[in-house]
Amino acid sequence: MKKTSRVISAVMVSAMAVSMLAGCGNSGASGAASGAATSTDAAAASSAAGSADTAAAAASGKTFKIGAIGPLTGGAAAYGNAVCNAAVLAAKEINANGGMNGYQVEVKTEDDELDNQKSVNAYNTLKDWGMQMLVGPTTSACSIAVSEYTKDDNMFQITPSGSAVDCVKYDNVFRVCFSDPAQGTASADYIADHKLATKIGIIYDSSDVYSSGITQNFVTEAQAKGLTVVSQEAFTADNKTDFSVQLQKAKDGGADLVFLPIYYTEASLILQQANTMGYKPTFFGCDGLDGILSVDNFDTSLAEGVMLLTPFAADADDDLTKNFVAAYNKDYGGTPNQFAADSYDAMYAIKAAVEKANITPDMSVSDICEAMKTAMTQITVDGLTSKGMTWQASGEPNKQPKAVVIKNGAYVSAE
Amino acid sequence: MTDKILKAMTPKRKTAVNGKSPAMTYFVVLAAYAVLELCIKTGIMSSHLQGLLVPMVYYAIVAVGLNICVGILGELSLGHAGFMCIGAFGSAVFSLLTDGVLPDGLRFLLAFLVGVALATLFGFLIGIPVLRLNGDYLAIVTLAFGEIIKNLLNALYLGIDENGLHASLSNQMALGLSPDGKMLINGAMGVSGTPHDANFTISMVVLLIALFLAQNLVHSKHGRAIMAIRDNRIAAESIGINIVRYKMQAFTISAAIAGAAGVLFSHNISTLQASSQYFGYNVSIMILVYVVLGGIGNLRGSVIAASILYLLPELLRGLNKYRMLIYSIVLIVVMIFNWAPAAIAWRENLAAKFKAARKENV
Repeated sequence: MKKTSRVISAVMVSAMAVSMLAGCGNSGASGAASGAATSTDAAAASSAAGSADTAAAAASGKTFKIGAIGPLTGGAAAYGNAVCNAAVLAAKEINANGGMNGYQVEVKTEDDELDNQKSVNAYNTLKDWGMQMLVGPTTSACSIAVSEYTKDDNMFQITPSGSAVDCVKYDNVFRVCFSDPAQGTASADYIADHKLATKIGIIYDSSDVYSSGITQNFVTEAQAKGLTVVSQEAFTADNKTDFSVQLQKAKDGGADLVFLPIYYTEASLILQQANTMGYKPTFFGCDGLDGILSVDNFDTSLAEGVMLLTPFAADADDDLTKNFVAAYNKDYGGTPNQFAADSYDAMYAIKAAVEKANITPDMSVSDICEAMKTAMTQITVDGLTSKGMTWQASGEPNKQPKAVVIKNGAYVSAE
Repeated sequence: MTDKILKAMTPKRKTAVNGKSPAMTYFVVLAAYAVLELCIKTGIMSSHLQGLLVPMVYYAIVAVGLNICVGILGELSLGHAGFMCIGAFGSAVFSLLTDGVLPDGLRFLLAFLVGVALATLFGFLIGIPVLRLNGDYLAIVTLAFGEIIKNLLNALYLGIDENGLHASLSNQMALGLSPDGKMLINGAMGVSGTPHDANFTISMVVLLIALFLAQNLVHSKHGRAIMAIRDNRIAAESIGINIVRYKMQAFTISAAIAGAAGVLFSHNISTLQASSQYFGYNVSIMILVYVVLGGIGNLRGSVIAASILYLLPELLRGLNKYRMLIYSIVLIVVMIFNWAPAAIAWRENLAAKFKAARKENV
């Protein structure tokens, strides 16, 4: 009796498993077909011969297929959504203006939940769809994990916001944002060159690659420039609501500038708690502070005088930024942040390189990648995050950091 | 005396516990391997699904490991993600140190042994004080242990240069590494650059080894002693079973298997961080969910449950934001199907009808 019920349940479970496998078998086959449409590889084409009609249909469509990956759910969803939305927005604009090199662009986005393994899964899903170039992943660790796979597949990858050094260690990977060391060094240089302070306190998130990376390079450069780091205090992702100890240490050390290489949510708490303590140093941050003025229930007068080094400010008054902010707000609501701007620039960098090297969608993924590698170093892009951006063969962008200061509740240029 | 009693408990032939034959389990795993491998070779499996296979198998392995602890020993552990974490970091550091020095196959084999040995060692150390106690203490201690390991690794900086190993708990600069030195563990940023050695075949071999270990343990004299402790500690003690020794044995094996899963974890993806999403207590609880839904004490069930429940959220990708909702509903449905008295009665009723119908046909 009991045994048979177990047999039944085993049968039901396997039926469920089989139906699931059958479901993805189908999607796998269509993925292979669309892959074959863009591939000159004979083996791939013959394996998809069974669904030749779909392959032919995809071939006649002739579009560039670009994938975007980011955390669309969970705590970092704001960053992933910004990247994915802006990529879709840029594709819409590019298509409306005649496409890339005359071909239309399709963008498909996938969620990675800020998880390395899931990011690789998302990459594989996009590959099944027939992706030819990748914009993403949004965050550093995911980007590093995925780059191992894009290297093996020789797929062109440009991460809008993966700022860790290792993100671009392979020659098929480029990035739009500054690397963490570049931000740390630039911040220390800026503080020293403008004589903002001599004694510096640092509060950083040791569990975050971005924050630790900047801190390490900031400290090295600060010492070289003759600045004194009087306190260097860490917090972690699990413990980020009370900063009184870290602030007290900076105050006791006599720091006249507190460097905050962190994201704006924690920074807003730090500003509130420093105000309660009656401690009023200059606060200086990096691009992670961008967005501090839009934190809910935050008294923006506390952020008055905060300086940050950022490539993008949504209230800049050049036409490009104005149009982008308006279009983004119309489609998705809200003000785009720096992640969105990076992603938008990534799409236009791809467009410029595609046109430079005369790449067409019927080339194989690997051929596109080879052509893109050379073309990326030859283009100059006037984007949202910098004028006249160029790229080195190593994948690093050349662009100027801009310092902005918060005055009367708005970001204004610090110069 | 004890030996005689345990021997007397020995069944005449190797039949299964709960009506399951061990051979059937290997057959199911091998059949699944053959089918999946065939799908890969013929190219009908999407690369998305191919990428999911290794994680699916290592979660199945750790579920088998936890089932030894929860199902066979009857002690609750909420720290198996911690043992996985130790196995992952231990083997990854070993691989980084010996990459290029040893041939790849040998290096991976040694890294595997190092990872498993470290997890075993920690399992043993945790067991010494805790397994002497009765009640739910193991759950509490393992929960804390998992979190401590995660936080320690988050704060640990380890590097190597020509002067040897450098370690620090404050920051990277404190290591004083020479310029051509190599970072092994970079604090919260973890280990990066682990070679990609794990593949589906290796993972399946490890799963089979884990199942072999677990099933043979269950059917051995030791296994019967362990289950006797689970079923009635006082009775087991009264016939002279050394409670602490057998508990230690089961728990250490359980930790070792979790360590093996950790090795596959770190060698499947090049970046490894000790953050909550990979090794936090939520992951330990997720593994416990695999074990509970697969059936406590049912090794084959753990493998099936882990495979399905790992794949489900990924295969539902097409449904976008609804997939997490559907996943939770599926969890509830499976739970009701497996454990609710009404569902059990309905299943048995259905089975009886099925049997009767089959008899009529014959």
